Amino acid sequence: MSRKGLMCGNEAMAEAAITAGCRCYFGYPITPQNEVTAYMSRRMPEVGGQFVQSESEVAAINMVFGAAAIGARAFTSSSSPGISLMQEGISYLAGNELPSVIVNIMRGGPGLGNIGPSQADYFQATRGGGHGDYRTIVLAPASVQELADQMFLAFDLADKYRNPVMVIADGVLGQIVEPVEFSPKETANLPKKDWALTGCSGRAPNKIRSLVLGDNELLEHNRKLQAKYRAMEESEIRYESLETDGADIILVAYGSPSRTCRSLLKKYRQEGYRIGLFRPITLWPFPYKALAEAAHGSRMVLVVEMSAGQLVEDVRLALLNDSIIRLLGKPGGEVIQSHEVQSEIEKIIEEFKIKGR
Amino acid sequence: MAEERIIIAGFGGQGIMFMGKLLCYAGMMEDRHVTYMPSYGAEVRGGTAYCNVIISSEEIPSPVVSDPTAAIIMNMPSLAKFEAAVVKKGLMVVNSSLVTRAAKRKDIELIPVPATSIADRLGNTRVANMVALGGFLAKRAVVDIATVTAAIQEILPASRSHLIEVNRQAIAEGKIYVEAHSSAAIWSKLTRGFGFA
Repeated sequence: MSRKGLMCGNEAMAEAAITAGCRCYFGYPITPQNEVTAYMSRRMPEVGGQFVQSESEVAAINMVFGAAAIGARAFTSSSSPGISLMQEGISYLAGNELPSVIVNIMRGGPGLGNIGPSQADYFQATRGGGHGDYRTIVLAPASVQELADQMFLAFDLADKYRNPVMVIADGVLGQIVEPVEFSPKETANLPKKDWALTGCSGRAPNKIRSLVLGDNELLEHNRKLQAKYRAMEESEIRYESLETDGADIILVAYGSPSRTCRSLLKKYRQEGYRIGLFRPITLWPFPYKALAEAAHGSRMVLVVEMSAGQLVEDVRLALLNDSIIRLLGKPGGEVIQSHEVQSEIEKIIEEFKIKGR
Repeated sequence: MAEERIIIAGFGGQGIMFMGKLLCYAGMMEDRHVTYMPSYGAEVRGGTAYCNVIISSEEIPSPVVSDPTAAIIMNMPSLAKFEAAVVKKGLMVVNSSLVTRAAKRKDIELIPVPATSIADRLGNTRVANMVALGGFLAKRAVVDIATVTAAIQEILPASRSHLIEVNRQAIAEGKIYVEAHSSAAIWSKLTRGFGFA
């Protein structure tokens, strides 16, 4: 018998944050991530942490700013409309190089939209919804276990680079209940937070501010940030490439649609078709090179996403060949059904006369 | 069994989510792959509540069940909502105490269980969900009933531990009911009685 626990994605993510040493959670309830707020309100007092239900998402992200500025591991979560409200704060966190974790359990948009699962905030997360030349690392889990594991990773990466890290998942992943166990892998040699505002008696005062007016100072600051972003691109790209070697068709998906694709992979492989799956795990930095290599020699790349087409733009940048890219995009907070993916695959098989066994 | 995709539906308060979570937990205890997904939405109290459970010997792709191999239907509106979705030759366990209209499908296995009446007889109308679950497990042994009983102890908070026994009884009664009525002749008579024929 297994000793795993059974939790929904939202609860698992919250517990993982606590296991990762996060003692500051600030948030405002919104479906489909309400379980995080509920869980934290109960759990934080038990571990001697701080739970604040803020008056708005704008307040929550600025509370994260405050906690991060004193060197604490801080975290907020919301869903699409709430994350939009946080964009100014994320730009400030990036500008001030404050480690922090922001989770978006995405729902249908634009506007207030609906509460159905969605992946339509890909642009916002990977391109930066706030102002200025900044980047955030963006992680994309595909199961409850990965949601937990990636929270550990998110806090470590945030501290390692002094940068906000986002975890984005469609509403399905927040809601599903699956077995999960918490086994944090610690990143070795995280830098000391000697920049934090901890009281300056006996040392020179630290300053945290993003207004930089001196000649060329902001240019220099930006160059420093960019160098950091290049280092992330160098070291932090993560992806899963499944049976892509010599595949005729490659499916590209992240989050819960990647699971639908994975099951089809098995079905078609059994029928002798050569179909692979490429799943980006970091959406930024995006695995451009790895995808280009995986797709080398394939007849068609089918991008499957719960939006009108956002991930597909990174696929275009990776492959630089629109003629081998197709999109199955479904916006509006609706789940992509297995038969919809299947019918796209059938079309490709027919059109290119791809042979099975 | 490769994969059982189950929809459990009823009205809010019938313990629909508890049934789903319990099945899922028992599956996990038996080291199966499991997912459970509650319906979440702008639901109203007393409205339709449903959840998706998948128990499989292999890794589970999508947790969303669009083509259930089995459904447990606890009230009338749920029958209307999910009857058409069940796969051919799939199983539909129906709480015949509350569902009084005939099912339209003729190509599925239909199992009426007077779950609410049996629960009332046990002295707790709220365990109708466990009676139906017992009936379901009699037909589809996706997990062992002993595991389900053990799972109840794990899931129920300590303040509810006095309810473990009646829940266990309810599951047993549901199973006994379905087994006792599974002879074809009795079954056909019975389903006619409930308006299912």
